[in-house]
Parts: sequence; C-alpha cells; structure tokens
Amino acid sequence: MIEIIAAGPLLTVQDAGRPDARRYGVPPGGAMDTFALVAANRLVGNLPGAAVLEATAGGVVLHFSRATLVALTGANLGATLDGRPLAAWTAVRAAAGARLHLPGRRERWGARAYLAVAGGIAVPPILGSRSTSLSGGFGGLDGRCLRAGDRLPLGTPTYAATLAFGQHWPAQGRPPYQPCPILRLIPGPHLAWFAPERIAALAATTLRVGTTSNRMGYRLDGLALPYRRPCSLPSLGVIPGVIQVPPDGAPILLMADAQTTGGYPVVGVVIGADLPLAAQLLPGDELRFTFTTLDEALAARHAQAEALAQPLDRDEGDLLSSLAGA
Amino acid sequence: MQTLCWNIHPLGEAALLAEVVTDDHGAANQAALGAAAALTASAPPGLRATVPAIASLLVCFDPLVIAHRAVEAQMRAALAHAEGTPTTGRRVEIPVTYGGEDGPDLTAAAQRLGLTPGELVALHCAGPYRVLMLGFAPGFPYIGPLPPAMHLPRRATPRSAVPPGTVAIAAGLTGIYPARLPGGWHLLGRTTLRLFDPAAAPPALLAPGDLVQFVAVSAR
Repeated sequence: MIEIIAAGPLLTVQDAGRPDARRYGVPPGGAMDTFALVAANRLVGNLPGAAVLEATAGGVVLHFSRATLVALTGANLGATLDGRPLAAWTAVRAAAGARLHLPGRRERWGARAYLAVAGGIAVPPILGSRSTSLSGGFGGLDGRCLRAGDRLPLGTPTYAATLAFGQHWPAQGRPPYQPCPILRLIPGPHLAWFAPERIAALAATTLRVGTTSNRMGYRLDGLALPYRRPCSLPSLGVIPGVIQVPPDGAPILLMADAQTTGGYPVVGVVIGADLPLAAQLLPGDELRFTFTTLDEALAARHAQAEALAQPLDRDEGDLLSSLAGA
Repeated sequence: MQTLCWNIHPLGEAALLAEVVTDDHGAANQAALGAAAALTASAPPGLRATVPAIASLLVCFDPLVIAHRAVEAQMRAALAHAEGTPTTGRRVEIPVTYGGEDGPDLTAAAQRLGLTPGELVALHCAGPYRVLMLGFAPGFPYIGPLPPAMHLPRRATPRSAVPPGTVAIAAGLTGIYPARLPGGWHLLGRTTLRLFDPAAAPPALLAPGDLVQFVAVSAR
C-alpha cells in the first residue's frame, strides 16, 4: 500500500493507456512520457505497461506501508527517500514506513516523474487500462487526480523483481531531455490552409507552452498561423502529437488525453520518438519545431525501441549503499 | 462505380489519414465506415486502430511492423470496395423530452429555421439518421446528415456545461452529450438513456453505422 501524504498539482495513476477504446470516442490517455513509463517498469521487473504514478512538477510526498522495490524515472524533481537523495533511473529498495519526497524541478527541464513499484499500482482496470481518464472520470483511483489521504493497493511483484534490485538505466540510453527541445514534425495534411512563409516560421520560431495547457494538449504561444481564407473542416480522427490550428491561429499540440477527433486543420505531427521530450514541458517552457521525413521518424522510432529493450546493468555502488543503508 | 477521390496523407509516422473533398458526406462516410469495419475484421499485423469520421478515415499502426505503403494500399482497396456498399447498423430508438428545461434552445432554433417548435421536433423525429462517427468525448455520437431544413451553425457563444443526455443540433448534424460537457450546439431536448458507461460492454450505447430514431416522449 502507498499512502499519499501530499499530491502536488497533479498526481495520477497512469499506464500505457487504452488505444483500443479509441473507437468508442475514448481518449487513448496513459503516461505522457511513455519512455519513462516503460523504463521505470523494466527497472523493477514489471511488464512495460504496468500502472505507475505520474507526478507533475513536484509537491509530492508518499508513504510506503510495506517494503518494496521502486524506480523513479523522467524529470528530476529532487527526489529524496527518508531525507536522503534517491538514485533516479535505478531500482531502489524502499523500507516499510519509508517516505518519498518529490519537492520540485531541479534542472532547467522536466515536468513529469514516474514512480514504478514492483507489482504495479493495482487499481482495477477499466476498458483494458488502469490509467486515470480525467475527462471521462474513470480509471485510476475513482477517475480523479490523487489527493492527500488516498491509499493505493500494490500488485504482486513478478519473479523478475527479485533480480531487479540495483538495476540502473544508463544516461546515454534515455531520450535527449533538455531545455527548449527541438521536436521533429512530419508535415500535416492541411498545409495548404496556411501561407508558406507561416509554415516556414513554424520551424524557425521559439514557442512557449501556454498557461492553459494540460494533459489534453499544449497551447503554443509565440506564433500565429492564420488561415489564408475562412474555412471549416468536418471532424476527423486525431492522435497525440498532432498540431492543430483553431481559427484564432494559435497552434495546439495534442497530448495523451487529447480527444479522439478534432475539427481543425493539422499543420504537423510530432514524431513518436520526440513525444517524451514534449511530455517533459511545463507551462512557460520553450520549445522549437523542425520538419523531418518519414524515414528519419522511422529510424528514430526504431532507435528508441532498441533503447527501451537494452540490457540493464546493475549499479554496484548503489547496490552496496542500499544494502548497507536499508 | 467509383466516384470518391481519397487523399491519403501521413499523420506522423504511425498513422495515415484518408480524406475526401465532397459535399456528399453521406457517401464519404458510408465508405469510411465500411472500410473501417473491413480493416478491423481483416486485422493485418501491426494495425492498432481505425477511426472513421464524417468524411475521413484514420488508421493507426505500428510502422515497425507494417510499412506505410502496405497500409495505404489496404486503405485504398477497402475504401474502394466499401463505396456504394450499404452500411449495416442496428436501429436504436432514443426517447427524448423536447423543449422546456430539457431543450432550452428549441423555440429559438425553430424560429431561426422558420419553423414552429412542433415542426422542428417532427423533423428531428422523422429520420432515422445515421451515427456517422463517435468523437469529441467518450460515447458522443455525430448523427446525420440532417435535411437542410434543420441546418444551423453552432451557437456564437458555447455553453460551459451541457447536462448529460442532452440532444442537440448544429452544422447539419445532431448529437447527444454523454456527460456534463461544454457545448456550442443548439439544445433541443434530453434523453434518460446513458450514452457512455465505462463499466459496460460495449461502453458506448451507439456505434458508427447505427440508425437512430428519435421518439418524442412527454416530460417525466
């Protein structure tokens, strides 16, 4: 059992989402940073899509009621375990009664940290997923963000968890997390709606994530993309990564909780391999875009799949210190 | 006879979007629904999801398992084969209490259309109309196309909250809000049926292709 002592601005249960429920109009949802999700789960011996906690920006304090193996990935939110710095991207033992604290961002990038616990968060699956659907009000714990006093059940650790202790995810095997990331775009189907110089400006302007942004999408400030003439589009299917432009000209980057359909022209789509970088942006953060090709997107996707399947090393130093200090 | 010309364009590296420019949304939607059903049934390796919409078809896939060219070829074949093939769907009756608190826009909408409220209700209940797609929110059906006599643009100012079960029209379509949601359509009435229940199988009351017959009932 994990007890939430403090939840910060947005703490939710997330897993790989419900892509199959798209046909019912249900947003795919799931972890924003899917790389950090899979890495955290692998570190503690879970299946890649097991349910984890997604902490946003910090302000989180958790209490473990029993000893367990945990791994924290994604953003550096200054994690401590019982007051001592917690080794990130590493399978670490949390003793019964231990307190995990995620105060807030410690680097110039980073929005979301992922905590995997051996056995996974064992809330009941709904439509094939334990993810919290905030707009639908289902999944996770009662379909809502977590708050102080909530208690989360844990699943039974796999056999792999008994061997996972001390496993470490090497820094060179992670996405290139950084301030002002350059996200690669495949040109969208509706470029003809916009003047060519505006499209060129999209790839030459530093944009900022707007204050009204959330898990559904980011409003991007810093560039207006007006339609060449007033038009309307019948609603069409959209996916996370799509940049759609409403009539006010302010682009919106769709993220994990985006609706399954949209009625605005699509100017570009962020490639899958760069979505984890987008997931680590908070309102006020800067980003840039660059257009790329399908071939480059496929190569990047392949490389990321290989990185996620890489054999893991045991960090002996951490292992020894954990043994000594546990 | 094939008359629709589909443009197929990548939506990122893991999805393809087929769109058709036509005023005949009925024919385009019929092909999109048929193609989505055929692709789902044949389930080629790597296919992840099909999302038919009013005049488009989105197909999501794993590009490390199946190549773009192969997906595009299957989409073209499925769309061509589905064109002109009648859509199959269940016939579903939706009881609606029109007007009053349940349909606060009925009178104003009728007036803008040059109809009496009774005439608008009769038109809305004439049908049946087809579920063209689900989207916007879990279980939200886009139903139509409605005859031109019921065409109204969206309201200038959307409402921040529309009650669940509310039946509305806009832009040549009618829809039913499955949950309390913001909405810019004209609210004609309300049904007590539950449009979306995540614990039910299937979770959505309506599926694309279903024929919806609205039936006026007196207030509870």
